[in-house]
Amino acid sequence: MPEPFAVKDCAIIAIATGKKAWTCRELLDTLRAIDGDSIYYHFWGGLMQPRFEEREYNNDFAGWAAHSLNDAPLAERMAMVDPTAYADIEALRQELVELVEERMDEAEGLQWARALAPFGFIRSQIVVFDTGRRLDSAGDLAAAVPNFSAGSIFYHFIDARRRSPAHVDDFRYWLAEFGDSCLTGIERLAAIDPYFQTLTELRLQIAEALQEEACT
Amino acid sequence: MTPGLLERYAQVVGEDVIDQLRQLSRPLAGLKLVHVNSTRVGGGVAEILDKLVPLTAELGIDVSWEVITGGAEFYQCTKSMHNALQGATANIPDRLLEAYEATNVENAERLRGLLEEADVVFIHDPQPAPLLSLCPNRKGKWIWRCHIDASRPFRPVWKYLSRFVAGFDASIFSLAAFAQPLPHPQYLIPPSIDPLSEKNVDLTDDEIQAVRRRFQIDPDRPMVAQISRFDRFKDPVGVIRAYRMAKHYVPGLQLVLAGGGATDDPEGDAVLAEVNAAAQDDPDCHVLLLPPDAHRTINALQRAADLVIQKSTKEGFGLTVTEALWKGKPVIGGDAGGIRLQVLNDHTGYLVSTPEGAALRIRYLLRQPRRIESMGWKAREFVRDNFLLTRQLREYLTLAVALRHGAGERIELG
Repeated sequence: MPEPFAVKDCAIIAIATGKKAWTCRELLDTLRAIDGDSIYYHFWGGLMQPRFEEREYNNDFAGWAAHSLNDAPLAERMAMVDPTAYADIEALRQELVELVEERMDEAEGLQWARALAPFGFIRSQIVVFDTGRRLDSAGDLAAAVPNFSAGSIFYHFIDARRRSPAHVDDFRYWLAEFGDSCLTGIERLAAIDPYFQTLTELRLQIAEALQEEACT
Repeated sequence: MTPGLLERYAQVVGEDVIDQLRQLSRPLAGLKLVHVNSTRVGGGVAEILDKLVPLTAELGIDVSWEVITGGAEFYQCTKSMHNALQGATANIPDRLLEAYEATNVENAERLRGLLEEADVVFIHDPQPAPLLSLCPNRKGKWIWRCHIDASRPFRPVWKYLSRFVAGFDASIFSLAAFAQPLPHPQYLIPPSIDPLSEKNVDLTDDEIQAVRRRFQIDPDRPMVAQISRFDRFKDPVGVIRAYRMAKHYVPGLQLVLAGGGATDDPEGDAVLAEVNAAAQDDPDCHVLLLPPDAHRTINALQRAADLVIQKSTKEGFGLTVTEALWKGKPVIGGDAGGIRLQVLNDHTGYLVSTPEGAALRIRYLLRQPRRIESMGWKAREFVRDNFLLTRQLREYLTLAVALRHGAGERIELG
């Protein structure tokens, strides 16, 4: 029998790094040097910060390239970067750097094009706390998820991808310990795209994925 | 039994949000936390603290709210500092700076014991900033909370102020764009509104109607309102110009410009005189100077309006925008500061840069009642998710925990 699922919660707070980029060159230079935490924040932190409706792009770099730099090719390429596909934040940083360099080689005008607004690099601190709740079975998890806080959803479904070696969420990781009996639930969870929804919407989708025959 | 504050908030924001606050406050139990600002009534800071403090206390944290007081020269100085942080050229005479420092020395005498013993001290805005250096035996963490749009400060004044601010353990700005180079972490926390305050609670139609009658506002004709202090950065004269332009196309249009004074704002009277002069004797242009406790009246005026305007040219955050959005009103807002974070073109309202732009959006929206309704619904949900007091309290608690556990990116509590 697997260990009980420990329900944790978290809160994130944003910190200005003071670093700004007005041009592609400045973005490139800062991307090379900025703390990995900041890169992480610009991919995932937005889920825990005020924003409106669904995100058009899955990371802030792509959004800035589209709306402030007005360079659609760079925005589109950056938007397709999936942070979970990289072994670590350094590999992700390298991918971003290469995308910017490649685009600057393609479009000479980007060497001096100035954005309408600067890209402000932000990093974050995350405070994780144990709620004390323990869940023994997949059924318990399915019943509990609708009442999870947005912070718990972020911690177990988003932040987990950075923590676990296989880059999977905590729910799938735990359900896998039940052997093949929860394959349906695991597949359903894997099919959820975490990028373009609010945490409240994600909670609903996760709850649905864990209902009805998720485990046999 | 009357439900506690936390239970009442749970009814608005959900039980999960309140549970999270309880969990987050546990490691802070027994902590002594103090907020210091310069006015108990009037202005957004006092309004936030008025509810944030009791809510924090209900979570089991020992919290108090102290107010520094000073004479006319002190407020004249701090008003100039406020304007200078927002970018206005303000050469503050030495006489006023001396009054500023002397006032802080006087207040430090009164508050030193409390502040030096506190575990976490939040100093709000420039007024009490020198208190830090006047409490040399402080044992806690001190945080400077800047509520002002300091994105392009008048440099000589910022240089003077940064002497007092640099020594803090951290500062908080409402937006990344407002942050200034400082030798400590600069946290980003937008402010919030209190859904249970007199200014934001639901009102009956009768109460709204009574306020209309009191100010001779015709319920059968459209009305737009700007609620804010009489301050040049709020551009009240520009709002009157926009109203006049729009009235050519919407002849029945009425305008309400309503605001209270704040004890720390000595320029209000002069600006009010300019506004009255601009309004002339137009019976459809209602300029209302309201007492600082007229919260329900302001609430009713916002609800009575078809649209709300906040045509600021500089704005720290713009809590009046948040209040209007919470009441389901699209907002025509100046393209400045925190208004940009709240007013999203075609979703919650429109950003404008000129009186002409405001007039255009007034004309457009008043011809589109369905649009007003759908934008209003989105606006309320947007505030529920992002800008209620509980979110701000969560971030303050997170910050307090973070400061007590070092600068690491990840803090795991037991």
